Amino acid sequence: MIAVIAVRELRSLFLSPLAWTLLAVIQGLLAWIFLLLVDDFRELQGRLASVENAPGVTDLVAAPLLQVAAWMLLLLIPLLTMRLFSEERRTRTLDLLLSAPVTTTEMVLGKYVGVMAFLFITIALIALMPLSLTLGVTLDFGKLLAGLLGLSLLAAAMSAAGIYLSTLTTQPAVAAMATTGLLLGLWMVDAVSTAPGTAGDLSGYLSLRRHYDAFLLGLFDSTDLAYYLLFSAAFLGLAIRRLDNLRLRD
Amino acid sequence: MMVDILAQVEQLTRRYGENRAVDEVSFTLQRGQVLGFLGPNGAGKSTTLRMLAGVLAPDAGRILIQGVDLLDQPTQAKRTLGYLPEQPPLYREMTVDEQLHYSARLHGLSRDASRQAVARIKERCGLTEVGRRLTDHLSKGYRQRVGIAQAVLHDPAVIVLDEPTVGLDPLQSREIHALIRELGQDRGVILSSHRLSEVQALCTHVQIMRAGRLVYASALADLAGQRPSIRLRIGLHTPPLPSRLAELPGVERIEELGDGRFRLHHSADLALAQALIEQARIEDWGLWELTPEQTSLEQIFVDLILERVDKVEIA
Repeated sequence: MIAVIAVRELRSLFLSPLAWTLLAVIQGLLAWIFLLLVDDFRELQGRLASVENAPGVTDLVAAPLLQVAAWMLLLLIPLLTMRLFSEERRTRTLDLLLSAPVTTTEMVLGKYVGVMAFLFITIALIALMPLSLTLGVTLDFGKLLAGLLGLSLLAAAMSAAGIYLSTLTTQPAVAAMATTGLLLGLWMVDAVSTAPGTAGDLSGYLSLRRHYDAFLLGLFDSTDLAYYLLFSAAFLGLAIRRLDNLRLRD
Repeated sequence: MMVDILAQVEQLTRRYGENRAVDEVSFTLQRGQVLGFLGPNGAGKSTTLRMLAGVLAPDAGRILIQGVDLLDQPTQAKRTLGYLPEQPPLYREMTVDEQLHYSARLHGLSRDASRQAVARIKERCGLTEVGRRLTDHLSKGYRQRVGIAQAVLHDPAVIVLDEPTVGLDPLQSREIHALIRELGQDRGVILSSHRLSEVQALCTHVQIMRAGRLVYASALADLAGQRPSIRLRIGLHTPPLPSRLAELPGVERIEELGDGRFRLHHSADLALAQALIEQARIEDWGLWELTPEQTSLEQIFVDLILERVDKVEIA
C-alpha cells in the first residue's frame, strides 16, 4: 500500500512542471558553483603541493558543494512537501484515501517515500558533479560518501517536517512558508551556541546544520545519525497523529 | 431467504460544537436494498454517509459493515466498502485510466486484477472514450461518472453514494440510475438525494432526515400499498358554505385552499367522490376539479420538512 501511494506521488511530481523546474534550477546553480570551486582549486593546486597534510580535492570542492546543496534543499523541500496533504484536503481527494482500506501510517509513509525517491534522484544528480572529477584526480570516496549520506539524512529530516506542516493547513503556500521558517530556524539555531552552558549545548545539539557539518568532515558519528532519524520519526509520528485527529474534527 | 445484513448503524451521533449534526441515527442495510436518504440541506445526510464510509469518526455509536466494526477494524471493514463523496475525489493531473487504476490498487487489487476491473467498469460507466483524458478536463457529468466508477470498481458489497446524479443531465442520470439499480440487486446501496423523483424511481427503501434525526423510514413498496386516498381536492366555481360541504357523508375535516378550492379529509372506504358529484350537479356548484390525493412520498416529505408532522412511525 505504501508503494502504491509512493509511486503515485512520484509520478504526480514528474507530471507537474514544478518538479522539473526545481531540478533544473538546482542543477544549474550547483553546476555554476561547482565550476567556480574547481577553478579555485586549480589555482590553489600549485601552492598546496608544498604544504604538508594539505586539504585535498574532496575537501576543497566536494564538501563546499554539498554545503551549498544543503542550502538548496532547504529552499526546495518546502516546495515539494507543501502540497502533500494540504492540497489533498483542499481538493477533497483525501476522502479517497480515508475511505480506502489504508491506515494513516501507510498514507504518511507512502507520501514520505514518494518525496524521498524524488530527493534521492536529486542527490544522485548532485553527486555526479564531484564524481566527474575522478576523470582527472583521485577522490576521497569515504569522505564523499559520508557527505552524501549526511545530505540524504538531512533531506529525510526536512521532508518529515514538511509533511507534518502540510497536514496542518489546507493552503500549500502556508505550509511552504511555515516549513521554510521552521527549517531555517533549526538551521540557524546554533548561532547562539557560542554562549557557554546548557543553552549553548542544547541549541547546538538541536541545529540541523551542526550535525550535517560533521558528515562533511567525513566523520560518521552515531549521535548525528540518531539525531536525523529521531527528527524524522518525530515529525512523521506527529503527521500520523494529526491525520487521525482530522477524522475526528472535520 | 435469509436476510443478509450488510451494514448496521447503531445510535450514530456526531456533534459540531454544540450543534448535533447527526443525532442517534440507527438503521440497517440489507443485500438487495437501495436505500435513499432524503432531507433538506444541512439535515445531516452527508455527515451520516461520511461516517459510514469511515472518512469521519462518530462521537458515539457503532457501525458494522458485514459484521466488522468500522471503528475497531477500519481496514478490514473498508475493503468491502465503496464511497462516492459529494465531490468526486479526482486528482487533476491524472488521466481517467490512471485515476481508476490507482483507486483499484488502493483497495488492494493486484496489478492484473485492477487492469481488468478498470476495463470492465469503464465499459459499464461509459468511460471508454475518455480513458486517456485528464480528469481535470472532463465535464461535470463525466467527473461524476468517474467518481461512481471509482466507488464500485473493487466490487464492494456496500456502496455509499452521496448525491450520485447531481450535475448530470436527464439522459446521463438515467444511465446512472440503471447502473445503481443493477448494482443494488446483489449488493447494498445507500444514496442521498435532493430529488424525490430520483428516490422514488431508484430506491427500494427511503429514509428522511431532518435536523440530524431520522424522522421517517419505510420501504417504498409499503408506501405505495398504503390505504387508498383519504383526501379529495376539489375546485368549485360557485362554492357553497363550507358547512354545507361538511354535511356530505364521511367528511371529517375541510381545508380551504382559496379560489373555490377545498381539501376534504374523509374516512376511508367511502364513496365520497360519487356523492360529491351528485350533490354538485343538483346544487350547481360548478365542479371543475376533483383529485384524489395519495399519501405520496412528496406529501410525507413536505409534511415532515415543514414540521407539520413531528415524526412518522419508523418501520
